[in-house]
Amino acid sequence: MESFLEVTDTVYLSLHQKDTILPDTKGKTLHKERETVGKPFVENPRMTCREVNVYYGEKRAINDVSIDIAHNEVIAMIGPSGCGKSTFLRCLNRMNDTVEGCRVTGDIRLDGMDIHDKSVDVVPLRARIGMVFQKPNPFPKSIFDNIAYGPKIHGLAQNKSELNEIVETSLHKAGLWNEVKDRLQQPGTGLSGGQQQRLCIARAIAVSPEVILMDEPCSALDPIATAKIEELIAELCEQYSIVIVTHSMQQAARVSQRTAYFHLGDLIEVGRTDRVFTNPSHQLTEDYITGRFG
Amino acid sequence: MPTHQTFHSELDKLNKKLLTMGAMVEDRVRKAVTVIETHDEEIITSIIRSDYQIDDMEVEIEEDCLKILALHQPVASDLRFLITVIKINNEIERIGDMAVNIAKRVNVITQSATDIKSGFDYGEMSEHVINMLRMSLDALVHRDAAMARQIFLIEEKVNEIRNQAYDSVLNMLTKYPEHPGCMISNYLLARHLERIADRATNIAEEVIYLVEGEIVRLHI
Repeated sequence: MESFLEVTDTVYLSLHQKDTILPDTKGKTLHKERETVGKPFVENPRMTCREVNVYYGEKRAINDVSIDIAHNEVIAMIGPSGCGKSTFLRCLNRMNDTVEGCRVTGDIRLDGMDIHDKSVDVVPLRARIGMVFQKPNPFPKSIFDNIAYGPKIHGLAQNKSELNEIVETSLHKAGLWNEVKDRLQQPGTGLSGGQQQRLCIARAIAVSPEVILMDEPCSALDPIATAKIEELIAELCEQYSIVIVTHSMQQAARVSQRTAYFHLGDLIEVGRTDRVFTNPSHQLTEDYITGRFG
Repeated sequence: MPTHQTFHSELDKLNKKLLTMGAMVEDRVRKAVTVIETHDEEIITSIIRSDYQIDDMEVEIEEDCLKILALHQPVASDLRFLITVIKINNEIERIGDMAVNIAKRVNVITQSATDIKSGFDYGEMSEHVINMLRMSLDALVHRDAAMARQIFLIEEKVNEIRNQAYDSVLNMLTKYPEHPGCMISNYLLARHLERIADRATNIAEEVIYLVEGEIVRLHI
């Protein structure tokens, strides 16, 4: 009940503020409805999420979120702090399993396979759905070993030459090969922040994932390193589905084909990024992306 | 968030500037259609001489828009507002030029040595054009897409009257061929008024885009 009041208050406040600039709100969804506005579902999805709820103890952090992740798309998840976008992202490869007191309900499938099924082992699951975090976190090992570790434990390489090939291909795909090819045995932690983040992306790619989850991958990087990661995302989506959580709306607009807007644990709106950023359907989306609250 | 407050107050200021310029141009168009009847030389001169004020405002508004785009990268309704201001700013400035053109034509007609100065009664056409301009600016002020759409209906009527003006002036030219310059200026009044109506229609199209987010174009 408390959260509902918060939502309605926010709408009222933001509408009041808007009066001076744009009093007309015709065609926008104003009241809080559980149904997500826009097009959360796609034909032939890579992943499907239906009525996903996440609880931290008694508190519900995600409310009945249903959405599809398409093949070869970049989908951006945006919303104010605490809206649940990162929590939802972590549901997609069961990273919330490691959080004490966290409970996930609902149906999440990868290529039709229920990821919560008892028969599913999370280790290979997380190879198929890789993750890149906000802060680059290379292993305290050499650049080569950072990439080679995953393929080794998953048994993806039969011999040394196959492993070398995987490492080289992954570094190529991550746009890092030319910068590190002469120092593969040096520690990964010795690279710059941007290079470390691309190393982490290369590490995720090395185990041939289908989906890559990125949780604010550029927030610790400067604009040049950010631009490199964004170009990389554009290239990677030809092979993988990418779900990116970002606080930068410009970044969401630049890199994604679809955008999902979360607010207080609800999925408010999903739609083509160009539409969401020029003519959003929900008043809450409009108010957030135009900076009228958040 | 202080940045956002600055951003929104900048948008507010921009809105006010555009509306001020709209009101100034509306006033000039009203004066211009009055001199078609009265041939008041003082008003003719004042319309022609004061056009620089509109030109200066147009540049100032465009600079403000570019600054806001570069510094704040607006999205959604803010982006549509900025784009709309850039386009309507241009339309309003051109309407100001049309008022000047009308004043110049009337001046030519007044200076003409003939006694037959009028080739057509522009009363009704002027009324429609003023009405369209006022409605387009009102639609902008109130973000009223329905009112903007009504303007499209008047546009057809204006075009009809322009055609009547053409026939009438042609007829007068045949009857009194001694002063063709005066009659040509008479017809140009119809052209200028029709162009103001066109630009009011363009403003209406932009208002619909601002409110609804859909690009519409009237094809007549």
